[in-house]
Amino acid sequence: MAERYSSFTPGGTAWLLQRVTAVFLIFALAFHFFLLHFVNHAWEIEFAGTQARMQDLGYFITMILFLITATFHGVNGVYNALINQGLTGTPRKVVLAILVLASLALVGQGIWVAIEMRGGLIL
Amino acid sequence: MSQSYNRGLIEDFGRWKEFSAGMWAWIFHKFTGWVLIGYLFTHIAVLSSALAGPEAYTETLQGLEALFVVRLLEVGLLAVAVFHILNGIRLLMVDLGIGLDAQDKSFYLSLLITGAIAVASVPTFMTDVGF
Repeated sequence: MAERYSSFTPGGTAWLLQRVTAVFLIFALAFHFFLLHFVNHAWEIEFAGTQARMQDLGYFITMILFLITATFHGVNGVYNALINQGLTGTPRKVVLAILVLASLALVGQGIWVAIEMRGGLIL
Repeated sequence: MSQSYNRGLIEDFGRWKEFSAGMWAWIFHKFTGWVLIGYLFTHIAVLSSALAGPEAYTETLQGLEALFVVRLLEVGLLAVAVFHILNGIRLLMVDLGIGLDAQDKSFYLSLLITGAIAVASVPTFMTDVGF
């Protein structure tokens, strides 16, 4: 077989979820970059434009899903890369706890900001 | 489940001259992944200016966008994101056992397309910004 390098143990739950989120993120990240840098230009962004986009329910839900999957994919990637470098025992548990708390804080903050941009959850 | 396992040469960065395409793809994927997750935390922090009101949000974003270094970093971020996406598709193909014989060529192609897109994006990213 051809050479294969990965920070994940093939077949595990983390391995599967990393790939499922990857498929979604391929489209979400490309869409996000294209929309906010090439269709709309970042230097022209104003709150009103952001709010108009966020008031579209489909866009709002897509951005929330983007935030959650990107956070999971990124933090899970970091965690497995650290395990791959030899992180074990108590340090591994401490790192996992810190990463889980950081992820929850990031997603919580992101959702709060998204709702503020939208002008409320229910319009 | 997850455990540390030694894959030999790739753990020994001192022997980077002996690395093959697959090893470089693995290293680049890790590096771009670290950049992207780091950026995500920064991105949400910047967007949180919306919590201080519409004016604060607009001023923060337009203030950052007025800086040449920010535009330059955006080109870098695009390159990092494009490579991570393309190599990610390549990794999904490898996991599915598709095109294993061409996995080195697909890495070089990922690099080539990343470079082309990054260069082509420069005029867009550098619009209306002074040095």
